[in-house]
Amino acid sequence: MIEAVRLSKHYGRTKAVDELSFTVRPGRVTGFLGPNGAGKSTTMRMILGLDTPTGGDVRIDGQHYAQLKRPLTKVGALLDAKWVHPNRSARSHLKWLAASNSIPSSRVGEVLEIVGLSEVAHKNAGGFSLGMSQRLGIAGALLGDPEVLLFDEPVNGLDPEGILWIRQFMHRLADEGRTVFVSSHLLSEMSQTAQDLIVIGKGQLIAQTSTEQFIADATQDTVRVRSPHAAKLREILAAHATVTDDSVSGSLVVQGISAQQIGELAAENQVVLHELSPQRGSLEEAFMQLTRESVEYQAH
Amino acid sequence: MTLLAVERIKLFSTRSPYWCSALAIVMGIGLTAIFAAATDGPVPLGLTQIGSSQLAIAVVLVMAAIAVTTEYRFNTIRSTFLAVPNRTSALVAKTVVVAFIAGLLGEIIAFGSWGVAKVISPSSDLAINTSAEWRHVAGVGLVYAIGAVIAVAIGILVRQTAGAVAILLVWQMLAESLIGIIPKAGVKIQAWLPFINANHFLSMGSDSPEMGGTGVDFKLSEWGSLGYFAGVAVALLVVALVVAKRRDA
Ligand SMILES: Nc1ncnc2c1ncn2[C@@H]1O[C@H](COP(=O)(O)OP(=O)(O)OP(=O)(O)O)[C@@H](O)[C@H]1O
Ligand SMILES: [Mg+2]
Repeated sequence: MIEAVRLSKHYGRTKAVDELSFTVRPGRVTGFLGPNGAGKSTTMRMILGLDTPTGGDVRIDGQHYAQLKRPLTKVGALLDAKWVHPNRSARSHLKWLAASNSIPSSRVGEVLEIVGLSEVAHKNAGGFSLGMSQRLGIAGALLGDPEVLLFDEPVNGLDPEGILWIRQFMHRLADEGRTVFVSSHLLSEMSQTAQDLIVIGKGQLIAQTSTEQFIADATQDTVRVRSPHAAKLREILAAHATVTDDSVSGSLVVQGISAQQIGELAAENQVVLHELSPQRGSLEEAFMQLTRESVEYQAH
Repeated sequence: MTLLAVERIKLFSTRSPYWCSALAIVMGIGLTAIFAAATDGPVPLGLTQIGSSQLAIAVVLVMAAIAVTTEYRFNTIRSTFLAVPNRTSALVAKTVVVAFIAGLLGEIIAFGSWGVAKVISPSSDLAINTSAEWRHVAGVGLVYAIGAVIAVAIGILVRQTAGAVAILLVWQMLAESLIGIIPKAGVKIQAWLPFINANHFLSMGSDSPEMGGTGVDFKLSEWGSLGYFAGVAVALLVVALVVAKRRDA
């Protein structure tokens, strides 16, 4: 269980994390979702005691990370797969990590086996592909068989096979009763990985709910309507719903009333329809809608 | 104890400490060999340690600084602080391991230089008898160990290799002796400069030609100078530890 209370981190005038409060429960995969620059990595660094919060507090099972006796046996983290000396072998990297927390060195071979790196354990980590580095990072996180796991954008840059592997892996960890906290800037990715979501934008909490609930709330259904009398139809529909023009296809996108109602309205007013199709809102669109206000770097 | 083992694994699982050690040994002993070969007549004991105390020490300082700065460069310092959240103990363990290795290297280079001079010029009287002579040769290891503490502290403070190496080399090889050029005040200031004091500790008195600070009016005894050098090193390390503890990793 991870608990953040009014957690803040300011860099000069930038409020990277702004009074963020949330709880991450055990036995589930909790997604930490937010656009680039939302403060996900900063929050994770504060959870792990690498960065000191400007304000507020974050604890793991009631303790600060720095108070943990053998932290790797309680919390495993993969913040950046590149935090490895390039001229050190994978095995040596895990060996010193294990030694630092009095973890038996036999465990090094075990975790290498789990992530499938046994064959290349003697090779220098600098020569690893992104996928292999990511696996090495996960091996490091698993070393102490911890109850709490943190992953910062673990699938970034991975191929579909690697993504699937990590996704299944996280589910397994959560099924074993562990607390799994994983960040991403893609809702579509999170919708397949996480059961719970903590959504942030510009350092502030936007939502903390189950993934299912979040998607249901966020995606609004729309109806696409095409008509030779578009102008007239828009006028009629505008009284009942929100109508936007889709300039690409020349159709109207109607939000707020059902396809059935639109059809009836059109018939009443004798407007010919060429298309009347209900649309499911896409996850990414919904997410962008929600976080639009808080997107740090707007593309112009 | 565990932390010392951790730092030992870390240090010896990369190549740079091996290279630096080899380079220091070759440079230190090699210079003595050249001096000994070029000297007509007997080689004085004071000539055997110029390579160790003036040249090879720079390589060892660089090695010590690199042991820290590479951790920052490759962000393994963050992995270190995740594994050992008590930053002070993690960094002190690193300092101890690096200083110990530097000290060991110092002894190897000092006695290696002495040995090579003996081989090249067997007729020279290179016997180590007096306490001054022992200090001159065996003291090199102590100077290296304390110098390594300074280098580690600078590495922690600066966090990047180029900066730390530049500071150390300019300071140790140039700045302190250049200050002696300042009329009158120069030698007074030099009496309180750490590396000049380290050389004072190694000196055997007026007859030793390698004395960098000739004419320096030392207020401390030789051992006092070493204590002062160590004091500066510890003070710098404390500052570095406080800074490392406060700032974001
Ligand atoms: N050390 C730092 N100094 C100054 N500003 C920083 C620092 N670290 C982060 N920031 C700023 O804090 C904000 C949040 O950054 P953070 O890296 O936590 O975002 P993120 O959600 O992880 O983004 P991404 O999806 O790109 O990884 C950004 O505006 C960033 O520029
Ligand atoms: Mg990030």
